[in-house]
Amino acid sequence: MFEAIAFYLFAFLTIAMFYVAVTTSQALYALSALAAGMIFISAFFFILGADFLGAVQIVVYSGAVMALYAFGMMFFDTTREVKEKQGNKAIIIGLSTLAALMVVVIVAAPIVGNNIEALYPSVDATKNVQEVGMVLFTKYLVPFEVAAVMLLVAMIAGIVLAGKKMDLSVTLMNEAEIMMMKEEDKNKKAHS
Amino acid sequence: MEIGLHHYLVLSTILFAIGLMGVMRRKNLLMLFFATEILLNAVNISFAAISHYYGDLTGQMFAFFVIAIAASEVAVGLGLLIVWHKKHNNIDLDNMSTMRG
Repeated sequence: MFEAIAFYLFAFLTIAMFYVAVTTSQALYALSALAAGMIFISAFFFILGADFLGAVQIVVYSGAVMALYAFGMMFFDTTREVKEKQGNKAIIIGLSTLAALMVVVIVAAPIVGNNIEALYPSVDATKNVQEVGMVLFTKYLVPFEVAAVMLLVAMIAGIVLAGKKMDLSVTLMNEAEIMMMKEEDKNKKAHS
Repeated sequence: MEIGLHHYLVLSTILFAIGLMGVMRRKNLLMLFFATEILLNAVNISFAAISHYYGDLTGQMFAFFVIAIAASEVAVGLGLLIVWHKKHNNIDLDNMSTMRG
């Protein structure tokens, strides 16, 4: 009973928030609605017994990703209204067909998949976090490490792309060139 | 009333459709990133639901990797977006056609 109430409440809230996020013409409204929707989604994970996933959802999405977007938006002019695309017919028809097809597949999937057997069955005696830890660090150890390397690559890429003068290397330049660069900077500041 | 796997899958489809709608109608690249996040989250819900109803942890593992990929996508994407904005002073999709054949 409580599960049903919680499910419908959070389903309504999530759909409303994401609908606002894709339809509003204000970038800040879209950002806040998206952050709220992310937090509401973690409620589904808690209802489903995936406690660790819910905590990760809150920490990573609402904490890291949304903060990153908020900082990124400081670079852009967000006060101006967002213009909408007039629409490429082929893309709209293609994506609508994809969505319709997906509804059919999703409704039919549990009927087809009735005889699926659990690959890594969850044990009732242990808590979700312990189970996740055991599966993640045994069966999925290699993907875990690859994901860690990928995050490192993404971090360095973000720093290099967003930082200033990242295309220059001070260690590869000699003293004269560095002094010249500093002089140019001073001149620029004096002019502006 | 019992909440079954179908409920979660239908919810996930609705959210995915909202995300697709966002991809279709947005012109601003930042807004397009928001729509992409909605798509990834819709998929995560169905992963967690299937994981719960089949008693299998694989779905949750996939959801973790999806979150990791989404985080790195945001980092690289925003970096590229800032570089583009510095160069051209706008982030409209229609202007990004330099690679069109």
